[in-house]
Amino acid sequence: MWSFFHKLGSPPWLYAISCVILRWLLPVTLIALAVGMVWGLLFTSPDFRQGNSYRIIYIHVPAAVVALAGYYLMALAGAINLIWRMKMADVAMKAAAPVGAAFTFIALFTGAIWGKPTWGTWWVWDARITSMLILLFLYLGVVALYEAFENKEAAGKACAVLSLVGMVNIPIIYKSVDWWYSLHQPASIKFTGDSTIDSSMLYPLLLMIASFYALFACCLLLNMRVELLQREARTQWVKKLVSEAGTH
Amino acid sequence: MYFDSLQSLLTMDGHGVYVWTAYLVTIAVIAATLLAPRYRRKRLLRQLAAELKRAKGVPGAARTREQY
Repeated sequence: MWSFFHKLGSPPWLYAISCVILRWLLPVTLIALAVGMVWGLLFTSPDFRQGNSYRIIYIHVPAAVVALAGYYLMALAGAINLIWRMKMADVAMKAAAPVGAAFTFIALFTGAIWGKPTWGTWWVWDARITSMLILLFLYLGVVALYEAFENKEAAGKACAVLSLVGMVNIPIIYKSVDWWYSLHQPASIKFTGDSTIDSSMLYPLLLMIASFYALFACCLLLNMRVELLQREARTQWVKKLVSEAGTH
Repeated sequence: MYFDSLQSLLTMDGHGVYVWTAYLVTIAVIAATLLAPRYRRKRLLRQLAAELKRAKGVPGAARTREQY
């Protein structure tokens, strides 16, 4: 157990293992995404009330779910960096921010498009949508704050504090549809009790949620690898890697 | 398959524009998120290789003198 944590803190080990993981995770993820999209677009029947516009659910909901989960991960990595000074946690936090921003953007954008035929408007300042917009700004804030500091250690601490303070937004996003009754509908999938979605629509949705989780993991690892190379540029293992890459 | 023709798949009873825009933008954002670190990594590796070459080419590193 401890040796695993020890390895986790080792940049060359992380760089090598992430390469192995990505080699199979990335193709599997892309295939799963393609299957899920085709399934949702072509092989499900339309919603009896919303018609075909509901097909946006297969990207909107997974993107939103993973955007929230990604924020947990980013804040957790920030906390680990603050408490135990683990450098790899800092790398993970910095790598997670742009990916989370992209997923939040997808959720907001597809939500706006879905809103037009369903609610009759692109945008409403309701609680769910506004708190998701704040989530996007938190992600972008972390990205910007990192760039603003010359001292990267100070940047890591500032970003960790920002992401931890931003955690208050997460329960607001979850509960917004129950606390403030507005245009956005409450969740259809529930862990406790019956889901209010037909199983023919539920299975492709679950596949897409799993794919988006895997996609987040892939993007996170890809970003972490670049960040590792950048931070370790002066070390022997990176020099060796660079010179070997040059000869091939 | 739900749709019986390509036409009905594209129009989706009037919702096609919304659905297809949403999917295409999502695919574009996903592609960009996947390709950006790849591009950054390649650029960084090129830059580091150039630095390494320069460091090796410094006079005093006797072996590489004949490169001049």
